[in-house]
Amino acid sequence: MSSMAYSTALDSSPPSGEAVYGRMASEGLDTSHGAILYLDDISVSFDGFKALNKLSLSIDVGELRCVIGPNGAGKTTMMDVITGKTRPDEGTAFFGQTIDLARLSEAQIAQAGIGRKFQKPTIFEQHTVFENLELAMKSDKRVRRTLFARLSSEARDRIAAMLERVGLAGAAERVAGLLSHGQKQWLEIGMLLMQEPRLLLLDEPVAGLSDDETERTAELFLTLAGKHSLVVVEHDMAFIARIARKVTVLHEGSVLAEGPHEQVQADARVIEVYLGR
Amino acid sequence: MTRLFSARGWIALAAFAAALLLVVPVLALVVPQGSALHLSQYWVGLCGKFLCYAIVALAMDLVWGYAGILSLGHGLFFALGGYAMGMYLMRQIGLDGVYHSPLPDFMVFLDWKAYPWYWSFTEHFWYCAALVVLVPGLLAYVFGWFAFRSRIKGVYFAIITQALTYAALLLFFRNDTGFGGNNGFTDFKRILGIPIATPQMRVVLFMLSAGALIGSLLLARWLVSSKFGRVLAAIRDAEPRVMFCGYNTEHYKLFVWTLSAVLCGIAGALYVPQVGIINPSEMSPANSIEIAIWVAVGGRGTLVGALLGAFAVNGAKSFFTQAFPEIWLYFLGLLFVLVTLFLPQGVVGALRLLRRGKPAPAA
Ligand SMILES: Nc1ncnc2c1ncn2[C@@H]1O[C@H](COP(=O)(O)OP(=O)(O)O)[C@@H](O)[C@H]1O
Ligand SMILES: [Mg+2]
Repeated sequence: MSSMAYSTALDSSPPSGEAVYGRMASEGLDTSHGAILYLDDISVSFDGFKALNKLSLSIDVGELRCVIGPNGAGKTTMMDVITGKTRPDEGTAFFGQTIDLARLSEAQIAQAGIGRKFQKPTIFEQHTVFENLELAMKSDKRVRRTLFARLSSEARDRIAAMLERVGLAGAAERVAGLLSHGQKQWLEIGMLLMQEPRLLLLDEPVAGLSDDETERTAELFLTLAGKHSLVVVEHDMAFIARIARKVTVLHEGSVLAEGPHEQVQADARVIEVYLGR
Repeated sequence: MTRLFSARGWIALAAFAAALLLVVPVLALVVPQGSALHLSQYWVGLCGKFLCYAIVALAMDLVWGYAGILSLGHGLFFALGGYAMGMYLMRQIGLDGVYHSPLPDFMVFLDWKAYPWYWSFTEHFWYCAALVVLVPGLLAYVFGWFAFRSRIKGVYFAIITQALTYAALLLFFRNDTGFGGNNGFTDFKRILGIPIATPQMRVVLFMLSAGALIGSLLLARWLVSSKFGRVLAAIRDAEPRVMFCGYNTEHYKLFVWTLSAVLCGIAGALYVPQVGIINPSEMSPANSIEIAIWVAVGGRGTLVGALLGAFAVNGAKSFFTQAFPEIWLYFLGLLFVLVTLFLPQGVVGALRLLRRGKPAPAA
């Protein structure tokens, strides 16, 4: 299991706030250089086709980063690499200063504090909404613990609070498969938050949502930024404009442009990649 | 909080237990022969056999219905439990075999002078009882460890389990393997020194099987209504999501897979003294497929469905193989096709659907 000893170097200046930093150190994640995720020269190929080509990227603690790019640019593959689903052929991926993601399984990466929302909403369709959140909740996830696990009243309260937060308070006992598409998207976000991840990866979180739901999602993400680090992959440019601070443009598996939203939007190469299609 | 059973469920279980543990013994031993209510040895044996099958069906439902792992090799674990018990029963024959040798007849026939090393200690009941649990358990653990680590799933997993049971069949078929070749073990005389073919012993074995079935049902029910059970069902429906929630799904699958094999081993050990024979045909691929059919017919992921399926299909099998032996396999095939087409959630699933009057989410 996750018996790796993460060294906790407690040096140098805390980045974006004492309180945040203190909690990180206590959980064994070393973000002393201000960044929570480093991708360095990552390459992934599928049968000779390079889905990622020397991709380098770093995400700061508490940052909300938008990643855009045409279909097939490698956005989902990048998330697969970070979460351990796909192993890179070359390059390194670090969570904080010390956690080498290449050496951890998917489950260990999740336990280390990286949560992921899939492009297609993925929830437990046959479980109730409440059970979905219960299963996702941060806890000891070993077999012998879940055999005898009982929900404490504190845990129930946390689930209730999350139900409220994602607008599903009235649907706690509903079978999740019967939810609307938008509710499923939100349930999955709720599950992610129950894990208390340090870094959230959100793959097209507003795909198929109504304008109203999209707006509420934007608000939610803005409140999450700072407490968590977020990487949001989206196609919806209006949504990006609403939440974006720093934007990374992927193209053919590498970074084409990166910077503040307005600057990227005005970039000639970016316009060409998007309009050229 | 999730309870083990509803009030009605407990009443049904108590009635089931009373029928098995009180009514059957009374009808078999107290009601005199010749009375219309008397239960003959044949019926006690047949019902006892069904109880063992029902344990296997429960074990199958745990892995298939709840964890989504279709095994087409569960007959192997059942047979191994049976062989482990069979070794003890062979030892109990003592000098009463055809050749009056301390060795089983088949070893005398092969001109062997002593028991091979792996028959050591099999004269002790508790040693064999341990083998009943350990052999299927260890085999399942090792097999599962490799298979789940390599992320073998679905049809591929099912095919490999078929291959596994077939390979074991071929191995046990050989006389040199030391388990009686294609004849297997039979002609048992005693168990714990007590004659085995008496009405009393039959009822005792029947009651033990009933106890094991009820125990398995309680255990299975406890498992699937725990958080562990909810994780299993989540693995069945969306394994990647479970992994990205931080669960090591391999461990979950390995645990339930091994437990399931152990239950099959226990069922096999109770089965062999009741039917009086164990041979490699129990390992035939078709046998394992039949187990899956019981569960499919009754309804996956319900436990009760597995029980009903095992009783109903085997009841039909007993009837057909006596009345129209040549059409049994066609009937079984037809049954499977019909259930797959019209009752994808089995009998229990269909009943639930009727009661609720609206479609449940697909299994
Ligand atoms: N498992 C896979 N096997 C083969 N090709 C793949 C696989 N996953 C992704 N690809 C290819 O890699 C490229 C990048 O895919 P993806 O990361 O899904 O892009 P995006 O999410 O940016 O639309 C696409 O051309 C896709 O076809
Ligand atoms: Mg994608």
